[in-house]
Amino acid sequence: MELDAPVLLSVDDLDTLIATLRTDGYRVIGPTVRDGAIVHAELTGVGDLPRGWTDEQGPGSYRLHRRDDDALFGYAVGPSSPRRELLPPRHRLWTAVSDGDVGFRVREEEHVPAKLALLGVRGCELAAIAVQDRVFLHGLYEDQVYTANRQDLLLVAVECGTPSGSCFCASMGTGPGIDGGADLTLTELFDPHRFLTRAGSTRGQELLAQLDHTGAGAADQDERTHRMDAAAEQMGRHLDTTDLHDLLLGNLEHPRWDDVAERCLACTNCTLVCPTCFCTTMEDTTSLTGDEAYRDRRWDSCFALGFSHTGPGSVRSSTRARYRQWCTHKLATWIDQFGTSGCVGCGRCITWCPVGIDITEEVAAIRATDGRRAARTGASP
Amino acid sequence: MSAPIATIERPTVAVWKFASCDGCQLSLLSAEDELLAIAGEIHIAYFLEATREVSDGPYDISIVEGSITTPHDAERIRHVRAISDTLITIGACATAGGIQALRNFAEVEEYRSLVYARPDQIAALADSTAIAEHVPVDLELRGCPIETSQLVEVISALLAGRAPVTPTHSVCVECKLAGRVCVAVADGVPCLGPVTQAGCGARCPAFSRGCYGCFGPMETPNTTSMADHLADQLGLSHDEVAHLFRTFNADAPAFRSEARRRERAATATTEG
Ligand code: SF4
Ligand code: SF4
Ligand code: SF4
Repeated sequence: MELDAPVLLSVDDLDTLIATLRTDGYRVIGPTVRDGAIVHAELTGVGDLPRGWTDEQGPGSYRLHRRDDDALFGYAVGPSSPRRELLPPRHRLWTAVSDGDVGFRVREEEHVPAKLALLGVRGCELAAIAVQDRVFLHGLYEDQVYTANRQDLLLVAVECGTPSGSCFCASMGTGPGIDGGADLTLTELFDPHRFLTRAGSTRGQELLAQLDHTGAGAADQDERTHRMDAAAEQMGRHLDTTDLHDLLLGNLEHPRWDDVAERCLACTNCTLVCPTCFCTTMEDTTSLTGDEAYRDRRWDSCFALGFSHTGPGSVRSSTRARYRQWCTHKLATWIDQFGTSGCVGCGRCITWCPVGIDITEEVAAIRATDGRRAARTGASP
Repeated sequence: MSAPIATIERPTVAVWKFASCDGCQLSLLSAEDELLAIAGEIHIAYFLEATREVSDGPYDISIVEGSITTPHDAERIRHVRAISDTLITIGACATAGGIQALRNFAEVEEYRSLVYARPDQIAALADSTAIAEHVPVDLELRGCPIETSQLVEVISALLAGRAPVTPTHSVCVECKLAGRVCVAVADGVPCLGPVTQAGCGARCPAFSRGCYGCFGPMETPNTTSMADHLADQLGLSHDEVAHLFRTFNADAPAFRSEARRRERAATATTEG
């Protein structure tokens, strides 16, 4: 969805946009440099953005480097994702207060609608938000915490000009370019430094109307096309999605699962950085005096033993079973469950795995020795 | 077995020390915010570090710090078990033998003659061992030292008659929940977080340091893959990898076996 013709914003206009949002009462969350990485934090202006920084990513490795220009968005996604803002890692659901001998009262937490603006959101992240919407907004139950944070969410997206060595959004059809899904979509262009900007909603249009922009010409549009083509060429990774659902579910006993289980630490990092993962667990505690009981919800992971604890123990006690569950859920059974892939190709699980396990490589290995083909021809896989 | 702790008005608690540094007991005293509430809910009947009151027991709850290193202590822990309804061990010494378990990998006789003027007067066992190797333990709290909030949680849980929330997954879970940047991935710092049990709140990564493994092995520790990565990707020598696993939880099975494997590899490298 594109409303009106694209316009051009300068770096100063972008600063004004952030200021305008803050005046309107928005908490503006976007990328900034902290502890050797580009993470999400509250922004007060363009000065907080990672100007002139880029990232070098690969399996199990992330490093920041200086660019030779003043790009504000010249890097790919970091360890944070919109998920942290929409469903915080830990939150209280209710407190039960003792009424002495009478019983107890339950005090539910209020979920106040947040005025949240996410700036610098990438194509893969817009796709990830849409994936989580299906779980938390349009599923069997509407999640109150997610809804409160999501309902007034304002999205200022940025197209990816500098994909990383772990990115494969082009394979998953979620980037690097963006077609709608955000209130405003920016493409960073250089010489002169400017942002080709498109409104994707009436809210976006209203915001643009408040800014002092100029019209974009054909040359600006061409430069955008050129940059997006170049970015798609630069994808560090590739995932062949042909027949992927059946490939994985037809290879549940593939020896590659044993192989990856030898390397996997079951540390949970891949799931906790993934922008689509949505699993949580409940923690029930009491005060020392026993006058209050609390129910908290926190992010959980299918790699933790407790996650699949039922009755006498975990139903997925081996790491093989847990890695296989994760991978097949992301790429296959998610489609059965929600009608979309659970993977948007952001590459976070590849970069932030401490031992550099790469989901694209694991799938490619299975495809290369597809057990179904072997079964059909009578050979052993 | 006597009545469930949760049904007792003010259960009696004893705090015992074996071979240890006292740090874990002090964690109880440093629970400043909760100490008054704790004192109101339990009767501390034996705690030499804190009070002079000494009652003979039996006790509803015994909290045990330290490892077993002498024949006398091996006897004493049996007595403690006999007079305690619920026995909780706290800290790396009590749960894995502690830093003093480094002697399990050396000749105790040699240490003895080097350190003491009259080695013949020292009665020491060859190994420093966890309490659970001597008597049944109801609950173990890891850490060097333990985390005060975990001890308060365990006491609260016992008083309420519920399961304590002390997860056994990796430190990485806490690290990511807290929104820290992974020092291993972003800085190439050796970090034992992936194979170490949570509980500390990922304190070291918060200060840009790798995890030292104070809480011992997590639920499914793949120490071999971890060690391979430290050696192959981060360039640590076999000896350096062995040292990482040989600290406060050196004798915890997963850490012990990995350190051994690396030591053997180091020997093979120098000989080969
Ligand atoms: S599975 Fe990996 S690449 Fe796919 S969305 Fe999750 S973190 Fe990104
Ligand atoms: S795949 Fe990597 S990040 Fe995920 S649990 Fe295994 S070792 Fe950890
Ligand atoms: S810094 Fe250590 S504890 Fe934290 S995620 Fe990385 S490996 Fe895990």
